[in-house]
Amino acid sequence: MSTTVPTDPGTAPARAGAPTAPPALARSDRSDRSARADLRRPSFGRLVAVEARKTFDTRAGLWLCASIVLLALVATAAVIAFAPQEDLDYGQFAGAIGTPMAIILPVLAILSVTSEWSQRSGLTTFTMVPQRGRVIGAKATVAALVGVVSMLVALGVGAVGTVVGSAIAGIDPVWDVTVAQFAAIVIANLLGMAVGFMLGVLLRSSPAAIVAYFVYSFVLSTLSYTLASLQQWWADLQPWLDFNYAQTALFQDWPTGEQWAHLATASVPWLVLPLAVGLLLLRRSEVK
Amino acid sequence: MIDVNGLTKTYGAHRAVDNVSFTARPGRVTGFLGPNGAGKSTTMRMMVGLTPPSSGTARVCGAAYADLPNPPREVGVLLDASAQHAGRTGREILTIAAMTAGLPRSRATAMLDLVSLTEEEADRRVRNYSLGMRQRLGIAVALVGEPEVLVLDEPANGLDPAGIRWMRDLLRGFAAAGGTVLLSSHLLHEIEVIADDLVVIGRGRIVAEGTKASLLERAGTVVAPVEGADAAALVRACTAAGLGVTRQGDGSLRVEAEAPVVGRLAHQADVPLAQLQPAGGTGLEEMFLQLTADTQRETPTTEGIAA
Repeated sequence: MSTTVPTDPGTAPARAGAPTAPPALARSDRSDRSARADLRRPSFGRLVAVEARKTFDTRAGLWLCASIVLLALVATAAVIAFAPQEDLDYGQFAGAIGTPMAIILPVLAILSVTSEWSQRSGLTTFTMVPQRGRVIGAKATVAALVGVVSMLVALGVGAVGTVVGSAIAGIDPVWDVTVAQFAAIVIANLLGMAVGFMLGVLLRSSPAAIVAYFVYSFVLSTLSYTLASLQQWWADLQPWLDFNYAQTALFQDWPTGEQWAHLATASVPWLVLPLAVGLLLLRRSEVK
Repeated sequence: MIDVNGLTKTYGAHRAVDNVSFTARPGRVTGFLGPNGAGKSTTMRMMVGLTPPSSGTARVCGAAYADLPNPPREVGVLLDASAQHAGRTGREILTIAAMTAGLPRSRATAMLDLVSLTEEEADRRVRNYSLGMRQRLGIAVALVGEPEVLVLDEPANGLDPAGIRWMRDLLRGFAAAGGTVLLSSHLLHEIEVIADDLVVIGRGRIVAEGTKASLLERAGTVVAPVEGADAAALVRACTAAGLGVTRQGDGSLRVEAEAPVVGRLAHQADVPLAQLQPAGGTGLEEMFLQLTADTQRETPTTEGIAA
């Protein structure tokens, strides 16, 4: 340590005297404090700003976000290079860009919660803001904002790809994705992030939540599909109880009223209840 | 001001913290002393709301911690210097802390100066920090909101002697300006140079508490008969008077009473003395070892300090 401390340690406190002096409030009478403007609860906006900063200020967070843009560019280039001319429509670009994003965004949502435990930064976070629910709410807000902005970036990159691709191929650009379709896909991605966020809140461990997410969205959906092909009773119930299955409607077109009902019903056991349990546990749990 | 009242934490059948009560007062440095696993960290986590207590309360600045509207402006907390995102730089961690507390970012730079982290070190990621640098960063985070209370768990861990001296001066200055400091340690000599008051914990229970001066008094008296004198007679006299006697390595005795009492006993037993002096720091260490050894058995005995 002596090599890294530039000043004589004996002189440091003298220089430090002023900033360490505590405010002249030694009494434990809290009525003195109601007048102090700095003793107000942090606004939700401030918490969102802090959490947004924490999303991007590590290499992991930065690269996760950068990879969304990079993969969108790579996917676009790949479609231009390899797709047959008749497939160079906007839907093709949107699909190629959307697939990697649908995997990265939930991981980002997971890490925003679990890193507080895996990296143990929660010790500081939750002593500075003891209302854990507000911190988690700020994290959810940031995740949703990142999701929407990422989808808008995808929309933009896809549009550029469509224009450039069709110009290279010498054809007219084909705009085959409606606003409603795009909105449905944004909702689908936000639901994917919500599931990741829920698993992060419930498990509070990065590796466990990421593994659980992939089991949830790939293994469970395959099992459900297999069961439905063998058992008629499950085939009837599947749209109502299989959240993954219910979400597929969002990738087709703007869902019908019945499809929304499927989504709402299936989300209860697979998203709403576990999230509620996770939040209750998280607020009471021990932060170590 | 920190007011801990009957704090208890049980994990299944294990009582990690058992009915702990004490007060840390403004203007004073309170040392929270105990061997590893005695319940210091659990008590401190309960004080700042990270661990829900099984029973009991803790009040900081006159309120339960969770009811403080903006805690970093009132209480600075350092529980584990390594509990930071390894991928953030020291400057970034301080910036986030300042933002959370509602303070300008310039406050982060001021804190770096305060704890003597250089510009170059501040821009390094925390995974590349030594434990001593992490402690300095942790103290900077605790001080960022200009709090009036500091809660520090083993802050001297990993600091070199110059760093310990720096921290001692910093905390003494903080207390002198009216602040309340509670710091824990498992090393007596680390804490006895800083603390005004001591709270000793073993196996989750408080085994001794008081000002350092009063504990030093209770540490007893070192007494040595002149060569050839009847040491056994002195031991008998002290034991008969109900005083604890410990034979020390150098042949002297440590008697759990103040010097005049021991002097009178020696006189009555007709044993001439070569040495008679308060045990002081060494005695405190003896006492601490004895207390912690006691608390490792089933029934803690506190007679040694209750004298």
